[in-house]
Amino acid sequence: MPSGKQKRVIPGTTIFDGDQARKGYALNKMCFSFNSAENRAEFLKDQEAYCDKYGLNAQQKQAVLSLQVLDMLAAGGNAYYLAKLGGIFGLDMQDIGAQQTGMSKEAFKARLLAAGR
Amino acid sequence: MATIVGGINVTHVPYIGRAIANNLQQDPYWKPFFDGFPPIHDWLAKVKPDVAVVIYNDHGLNFFLDKMPTFAVGAAAEYSNADEGWGIPTLPPYRGELDLSWHMIDSLVEEEFDITSCQEMLVDHAFTLPLELLWPNRKSCPVRTVPVCVNTVQFPLPKAARCFKFGQAIGRAIESWNSDARVVVIGTGGLSHQLDGQRAGFINKEFDLMFMDKLITDPLWVTRYSVPDLVELTGTQGVELLNWLTTRGALLGEVAKVHGNYHIPISNTASGLLAMEVV
Repeated sequence: MPSGKQKRVIPGTTIFDGDQARKGYALNKMCFSFNSAENRAEFLKDQEAYCDKYGLNAQQKQAVLSLQVLDMLAAGGNAYYLAKLGGIFGLDMQDIGAQQTGMSKEAFKARLLAAGR
Repeated sequence: MATIVGGINVTHVPYIGRAIANNLQQDPYWKPFFDGFPPIHDWLAKVKPDVAVVIYNDHGLNFFLDKMPTFAVGAAAEYSNADEGWGIPTLPPYRGELDLSWHMIDSLVEEEFDITSCQEMLVDHAFTLPLELLWPNRKSCPVRTVPVCVNTVQFPLPKAARCFKFGQAIGRAIESWNSDARVVVIGTGGLSHQLDGQRAGFINKEFDLMFMDKLITDPLWVTRYSVPDLVELTGTQGVELLNWLTTRGALLGEVAKVHGNYHIPISNTASGLLAMEVV
């Protein structure tokens, strides 16, 4: 059961608390395994089988197979571990940022630059 | 007794590793970032530290969510870097400083900071890249090291005030170490950035600049904010500023700014650099 505690709401932001950690453990554990080149290769050979090996639920598996970062976060993924999955597909942080914000990569990068002015 | 020469806080974005490997220091994208370092190299050449206590957060190389200590202290003769999964170069091992590690562990637990001691510990980019930036172009890092890992991954995170006190306890441990070593404290991470969610790309220049300023003159200023406040103000990964605050605590008392730099963006991050000298 989730804690049911009243939580701080920060728009567009998920705090990786105990509820998220419980929900996302299998997904994050799979991503942690991607520190190994051998595991990354095994994942690429058969992504669905690799997800099953780590016991991902249907929501997590769907999010991984479609490579939708917001869906992975909703399924309990943590940014630091998900970045290892993104790395397998050569996605950098601007690709991931653009996908989550629905912007083009160029527009996302332009917004980062604008934050410095 | 050992001497604390000062502290350096610095961003640890992984792609800095690739920029160093590809010699992009003069590239227009990277130059405003790398140009912050020469004055600090000069200062390090002057104060000549023998040992660096590096306060950072692990990103899923050494620690996973199966066991996540709030505070961990390395106690190994050597610390290896390893494949982190995102294709940045793996760096050669770093020398430890076992005497200081165990003195810190004894002293911190005596002060009721119940840290996790680690006789084996992989160190990720958050430990390695700041050392590469501060001592560039060396075959091996010239200082012996003690890694101190703070949990900024799995909430609840330690509160800002707790981190400051933890830093003070680290400072007292270093200063009570029976050695003539000169010690620099290095804090890594930040400043404002958010990698995840619809708010990805969030940066808060105004807050960062205030934080850097207050770290010198009034370090307790930031302790008015709860960790969720800090997430709101600096982003989900901006909370890595807790490592900066811990480092400032370790400097015990008044400090003067040696040199600072602030540049947006490096990857999705507002990069900060701040060297402080104990006065």
